Amino acid sequence: MSTVDETTQAPPPRRSRYRALQPANLAWLTVLWVALWGDLSVGNVVSGLLVAVAVCLVFPLPAVRMQLRLRPLALTRLTLKFFVDVVVSSVQVALLALRPRTVRNSVIEVNLRSDSDFVLTVVAEMTSLVPGSIVVEVRRSSHTLFLHVLDTDDLRAAESMRERTLELEQRVVAAFGAEHTLAHRRTGSVSAEEERR
Amino acid sequence: MSWTDVLDVAAAACLLAGCLLSLLAALGMIRFPDLLSRMHAATKPQVLGLVLVLVGLGLRLRDERTLGLLLLVVLFQFSTAPIASHMAGRAAFRAGQVDHDLLVTDELSETLESHEEPRGAP
Repeated sequence: MSTVDETTQAPPPRRSRYRALQPANLAWLTVLWVALWGDLSVGNVVSGLLVAVAVCLVFPLPAVRMQLRLRPLALTRLTLKFFVDVVVSSVQVALLALRPRTVRNSVIEVNLRSDSDFVLTVVAEMTSLVPGSIVVEVRRSSHTLFLHVLDTDDLRAAESMRERTLELEQRVVAAFGAEHTLAHRRTGSVSAEEERR
Repeated sequence: MSWTDVLDVAAAACLLAGCLLSLLAALGMIRFPDLLSRMHAATKPQVLGLVLVLVGLGLRLRDERTLGLLLLVVLFQFSTAPIASHMAGRAAFRAGQVDHDLLVTDELSETLESHEEPRGAP
């Protein structure tokens, strides 16, 4: 992924349709098309590429600014912990469904430390699949998640969920190597946001 | 007992466990008191149940082309289920379909009215 120094250099005013054709997206959509046909032939690759271009033009997405530096060890740790959490949370919720009394829940606010949109997205996706939480509201401007937490009898249980989410964010940051974003926290991210405007 | 028998038994176990989890997810959908709690049942046990069923299928079919497709299904299930539950939960909150008596604490409703999110892409 190319890196752009976002604080000093404003993005040039290009048309969004042009920016929508990103090589990584095209490659991924083509691979997907070939996989769905289940047959690696020239015709499939060419038609897949055409479909990929059409999809990117019809549904243009903004490029995600991210500075990825994959750390294999941390990524493995994140993945393993994630799968364990998925199993644990599934069993927990399944058992809750069998319990006679009704559940008490809470809605909590989690301020993420990282100001990377990519980290925000990954954390939001993962928190929805790990124990006890789904995302009910996301604020991109301040990188805040609002989580609905299942089965919290008191405030302490809600608080521990907040800590677990922040720990998850730490693991995501460690795995994708966006540690520089930890340095400038909320105030830094807001001023960078305003400068771009 | 050959290795195919072992794989078949593992496949059967995965299929049964997946079906059980999906059944419990359906039970949760009925038994949980409000929409937000029901979304928990719809995302977690249901996703793992589907993954287990697909693992069982993969072990039984043992065909690499099908395996690729099954992997894609798992990938998309993992990435879309949270978004679906988020959209439903978000809409429920804004439409007032939240039972506040069930909530121990609610840090969103206090700020929902006054907050204005800046619009537009980066």
